[in-house]
Amino acid sequence: MYAFNFLLLSAALFSFGIYGVIARKNAVMVLMSIELILNSVNLNLVAFALMNNSIDGHVFALFVIAIAAAEVGVGLAMVLMIYRNRRSIALDELSEMKG
Amino acid sequence: MDPFKNNELLTIGTFLPLVGVVIMMFISAAEEQLHKMIAIVTAGATLVVGIITLLQYDYDASGQLQFVVNEEWISVINSNYNIGLDGISLPLYFLSMVVTFLVALYTYDNMPDAGSPKMFLMLMLILQVGMAGSFIAQDLILFFVFFEIVLLPMYFMIGVWGGEDRQYASLKFFLYTMFGSALMLVAFLAIYYNTGAESFAFQHLYEAGAGIGRNTQIWIFTGMFIGFAVKVPMFPFHTWLPDAHTQAPTQGSVILAAILLKLGTYGFVRIALPMLPQGAEAWAPVIAVLAVIGIIYGALGCLAQTDMKRLIAFSSVAHMGFVMLGISTLTVTGINAALFGMVAHGLITGMLFFIAGSVKHRYHTLEISRLSGMLIQVPKLGWLLGFSAMASLGLPGLAGFWGEFPALLASWNPNDAILGDQLELYRVLTVIAALGTVLAAAYLLWLYQRTAFGNPSPEFMPEAPAARSLSAAANDEHHDHHAADDIHDVTPLEWIAWTPFLVAIVVFGVYPQLMFEIMDPAVVELVNVIEAGVG
Amino acid sequence: MSQPSMLLAAEESGHAIGEASGWFLENAWLIPVIPAVAFFLILFFGKKLPRGGSEFGLAAMLGSLVIAAGATWQWISSTTSHYDEAGNYEVEPVIREIVWWQSGPYEFGLGQHIDGLAIMALLLVAFISTLVQLYSTEYVNGDRRYTHYFAALTLFSSGMLAMVLAPDMVQLILGWEIMGLCSFMLIGHWWEEQANSKAALKAFFTVRVGDMGLLVGTAMLLAIFGTLQISEINALAAAGEFDSQNMLMWTAVALFIACIGKSGQFPLHTWLPDAMAGPTPVSSLLHSSTMVVAGVFLVARIYPVFHVGLDINAAGQSVNLIAAIGGITLLVAAALAFVQNDIKKVLAYSTVSQLGYMMMGLGVGAWTGAVFHIFTHAFFKCCLFLAAGSISHTAAHHSFDMKKDMGGIWKKMPVTFGAWMVSTAALMGIPFTAGFFSKDEIIDSAKHFEYTWFYYAGIIGAFMTAAYMTRATYLTFFGKPRGAAAHYMGVEHDTHGEVHEHSAHPDEAEHADGHIPDHTVDAHDDHGHDDDHAHDGHATHGRPLPFAPFDSPWKITAPLIILAALAVGAGYLNAPALKIYWFEHQTESSIGLPIDHGDDHGGEETEEPHGDEEALVVSEVAAGANGPFASAAEGGDHSYEPSGPYAVPAPPVFTWANAAPGLILVALGILVSWFASLAVFARRKNPFSPFVGLTTRSRPIGALHSFLVNKLYLDHLYEKVIVRAVAHPIAKAAYWFNQNVIDGIVNTVGTVTRRLGGWVYRNIDQRVVDGAVNASGTAASESGHALQPVQSGKVNQYGALLFGAAGIGAILLIILNG
Repeated sequence: MYAFNFLLLSAALFSFGIYGVIARKNAVMVLMSIELILNSVNLNLVAFALMNNSIDGHVFALFVIAIAAAEVGVGLAMVLMIYRNRRSIALDELSEMKG
Repeated sequence: MDPFKNNELLTIGTFLPLVGVVIMMFISAAEEQLHKMIAIVTAGATLVVGIITLLQYDYDASGQLQFVVNEEWISVINSNYNIGLDGISLPLYFLSMVVTFLVALYTYDNMPDAGSPKMFLMLMLILQVGMAGSFIAQDLILFFVFFEIVLLPMYFMIGVWGGEDRQYASLKFFLYTMFGSALMLVAFLAIYYNTGAESFAFQHLYEAGAGIGRNTQIWIFTGMFIGFAVKVPMFPFHTWLPDAHTQAPTQGSVILAAILLKLGTYGFVRIALPMLPQGAEAWAPVIAVLAVIGIIYGALGCLAQTDMKRLIAFSSVAHMGFVMLGISTLTVTGINAALFGMVAHGLITGMLFFIAGSVKHRYHTLEISRLSGMLIQVPKLGWLLGFSAMASLGLPGLAGFWGEFPALLASWNPNDAILGDQLELYRVLTVIAALGTVLAAAYLLWLYQRTAFGNPSPEFMPEAPAARSLSAAANDEHHDHHAADDIHDVTPLEWIAWTPFLVAIVVFGVYPQLMFEIMDPAVVELVNVIEAGVG
Repeated sequence: MSQPSMLLAAEESGHAIGEASGWFLENAWLIPVIPAVAFFLILFFGKKLPRGGSEFGLAAMLGSLVIAAGATWQWISSTTSHYDEAGNYEVEPVIREIVWWQSGPYEFGLGQHIDGLAIMALLLVAFISTLVQLYSTEYVNGDRRYTHYFAALTLFSSGMLAMVLAPDMVQLILGWEIMGLCSFMLIGHWWEEQANSKAALKAFFTVRVGDMGLLVGTAMLLAIFGTLQISEINALAAAGEFDSQNMLMWTAVALFIACIGKSGQFPLHTWLPDAMAGPTPVSSLLHSSTMVVAGVFLVARIYPVFHVGLDINAAGQSVNLIAAIGGITLLVAAALAFVQNDIKKVLAYSTVSQLGYMMMGLGVGAWTGAVFHIFTHAFFKCCLFLAAGSISHTAAHHSFDMKKDMGGIWKKMPVTFGAWMVSTAALMGIPFTAGFFSKDEIIDSAKHFEYTWFYYAGIIGAFMTAAYMTRATYLTFFGKPRGAAAHYMGVEHDTHGEVHEHSAHPDEAEHADGHIPDHTVDAHDDHGHDDDHAHDGHATHGRPLPFAPFDSPWKITAPLIILAALAVGAGYLNAPALKIYWFEHQTESSIGLPIDHGDDHGGEETEEPHGDEEALVVSEVAAGANGPFASAAEGGDHSYEPSGPYAVPAPPVFTWANAAPGLILVALGILVSWFASLAVFARRKNPFSPFVGLTTRSRPIGALHSFLVNKLYLDHLYEKVIVRAVAHPIAKAAYWFNQNVIDGIVNTVGTVTRRLGGWVYRNIDQRVVDGAVNASGTAASESGHALQPVQSGKVNQYGALLFGAAGIGAILLIILNG
């Protein structure tokens, strides 16, 4: 019951995140959506940690926050570079990785 | 000097040509004359070592191995570097040196058209190593190695410097002999394992081989038989020979006829018979029948030829038939005859191939129907052809006779102790083989009559405008210059290269004891081994 | 060369009884060696010498002759000083050998075996060879291969000499074959003409066919006796020391086949007339003392093998192989001699016929008669050939055609004519010539030893010999000169006469028309070399003898005179009619068999040693006058009963009564032939005139004539059937077999292997093994292609996929766990 709400919130955040990643064209928006997903996962971790009286979930959540910060740093840098090169950050115009 | 102690002499004599090969490797191929000189000097030095060997050889102990070396070689399979020389190998060992030297000498003026004397002479010297080595080896694996060394240079000699059909001929030669060699190797391994896998040494196997069961001996003998019979070549394994001979350059033909074919018969005498006496007993009648078929068949083949060189090649089948007939009697006389026949055939047929090469060189054809009147245009060459033909048909007083006649004597009287129940067969075969001497006279004299007698054909007459226009009309474009321009008699270099052959044919023909004396004691020993093994 | 003074001097040189010795006897092996060395000298240096090497040849033959004469002298002195009580001249042969080749238990020797027979043959061969060499220096003078001619001639003599003194069968084969080689070289001397080279080939090849028998027979001898030494073979055969009489018989047959080939016996005689293609001196040497005699000599040499093997003289035997072949040969060859136009061919067939006599003599057991016939025949036949050569050289412009280019020349060539007549008389067997004594003994023996058929063959042969020689003599020396001879005689060339003659004699016209192509071809062939080898002004070289200014030069006539003298004189060495048995005594120890004297032989009762030929004659006559043989003859018991298993019977005792039928037939032959020749060739009216032209009028006789002209069609059989079959269809078939069957098998194996390889490569290697590899590659590639659209390069799609997949995975997890 107690955990159910956390999980429900987390699932909603995750779904928004997924939607953002898939549907948004703006690269910054996609990054932000990824942040949403990561944070929904953090929420889950913390919720489960509380539920099980374990510290592990908190530790993982802290890790995820640190990595998310790094990821956003690298991601924004890439977006900046893409913008410099192409004057656009619309993801649907980027298909250099096409096989 | 004690020949039993002078151990390194054979090794030097056998491997000396490799020194020449190494030197030639470091010299540019453009230095053609230098290469020829190096090859001649190397072959000459080898011959000198051979002569020293002859001088130091103890003729009173011709039945025993001399100059023996027995060093460890491949200890994993108990194979040793075991060499030695006795009366059976000495004539052939020395002959190989003489022939190589004279052929190298002949090459000085008569390089085959494909050029590159460097490669050609290097191959020839390597060939000599293989030939000499085969005759001195006293260990099966060593023998096999030398036996195979011979193959490749000959393959290249035919394949690179040969005639128009050289690819086919060289491949046929190579595959045929490889096929034989494979079976031979299997037989060697079989005999090794059947005698307890102790040693590959001949002497050991002479003693141990007789202990193998009769059926096993027959099977092992079959393998060796095919291996050696291909090399001889015996009917029906002979078909590579006419092609190889016809396509090979003169030098290749001479070496092939003079030495290479003898590796097969030598193998029979040295390896197959004494190691597998009961196998030999069972196979001897078959060998005799095939030999006699070869004699008649080779002669008939000769009669059907239109090409001089091919005719000579076919005559080898007939002559080697006499050699094999002698071997198949398992008597001292027969094997003596075979050994003498091997040397005589080497000298005589080698000489005939030299002459055929010179005819080709002068007339640019070997078609018998186009040649005639050689005695008028090139009288000395014509005489030499007549001389060699007479020697080849077995005229007494020339070397060829001593291969044929004792073989007939022996085949009428085959070894009682071993082949007593085959007497009738052998006697019938003797009569048929004697018919072969008549056919030999027929094809050789017929050849001689058509090529040497009569008047030269107008095609080759100088200052014959009619002939010139005729040949022009016949679109004879490969003769840019007039055909008669090349026609000249025997050159001094040819005389130098050929005289030893001619002298040897006469000397051994007049006084055969020179060679029988050397071979006889060794052959007596050999026949003792065979008889002991059967009985 | 038995000079009386030498003989007397030799008396002292005798040693122990039964041993002949002396330097010449010990070193007789030099006799063949000298010409053999000379052969090489001529070959290498002959062309540089002023006389083209003939000096070496002649000197070598003289050297051989001197040694042979010395050996003869020492032999005679040994035999005449050592005879046993019974009057037998038993002397051991002088055998010296070196090891020629050894082979296990056997050792074969090279050296000499000198006994009476060998001595006789050595002397004969050396003597005739010397004369022929002398004759040749004139006859082939100016020939383009003068040097080679002498080289071959010298080697030829060497071969024969090596053969006659062979101590061993192998040396005998050596000499035998060397002669074959030299006959090849000499018969084909003018090889530019195909006919000559063909004749040479034919001679060598025919003899070689016979040699098969020699090789096999020698192998058989080794099998039977374990040795090839002639003296041992003879001793063992005579002693009966062999396992199987049957095998010995086959040995004798095999060896005799060789003799048939070499001695031109029926049916291998066809090479001999063709061999006339060689220069005439060669023919004379070939046909007198060497080559063809070799076969007869071989039989005489190892006579015990033949005598025992073929049961010669066994009681009741009336025919044996040797006698039969000899008898057939002598008749067939004599018949063939009638239809020849070429003088040399007449002589060639006459030789064949006389060789038939010798063989027949050996076949009926008349060893001495046969060997003596070798001896006498050599002189008169050599003389006849040289005379024919002399005519051709000087009178007939190198033609040998009796009908075209000869006739009437007796007046201008007295020496040649005289020599010819004397030799012809000897050949016919006119009494008191050499031929009479030898031939009569053969005929007489045939009757005495009860070979009756061969007696008749002998006397009919004598009749035929007389007849064909008369015909040849008439055509050559009498009648009208024709062609070249007319030119030589200074008579206007009577073309009209020739035409007349042609039309008059249809049998001749028949040849001209080419009804018998072979014959005309032959006639043409003979002229080939002469045209080729034309000398101009043949009368200019050499100088005739002063008393016969038109005859041939002295180098030709001198040998003729010597030989003609011997054609008569040689007979007196063994003249049973005069009770002379000297030759018999010298040679009888060579028979190798004991002589069964039966009723005692008169001549052998003489006890004085005869150092001198003349004295011998006289004393033999004296001693024989009232010998016991006379009573035996009167007793009329001529039948021969062998006393031991192996012995030859003593020759019969001569009586004129026994010789009479033969002599009458000879006389008849001469007369019939003379008148027939007159009728046929000169159209003289006489009782034979009705028979002129019979060959065209009577079909059977015409057929017989062409049968003879075509040499019994044997040449057709050999050349057109056997040789052609072997050389063409059989050889072709064998080669076809080789190329298509054996090589076909090899090539098929090769092709099949290659095809199999190809199939394996294509189907197994390429499709299965490699297929699997490729298929995985292809699959990967294809799937890559299929999934390519997924990899759009659009991050959001990737994300969608990722999450889609994660979602699906989550759903699956839930379902599975649920």
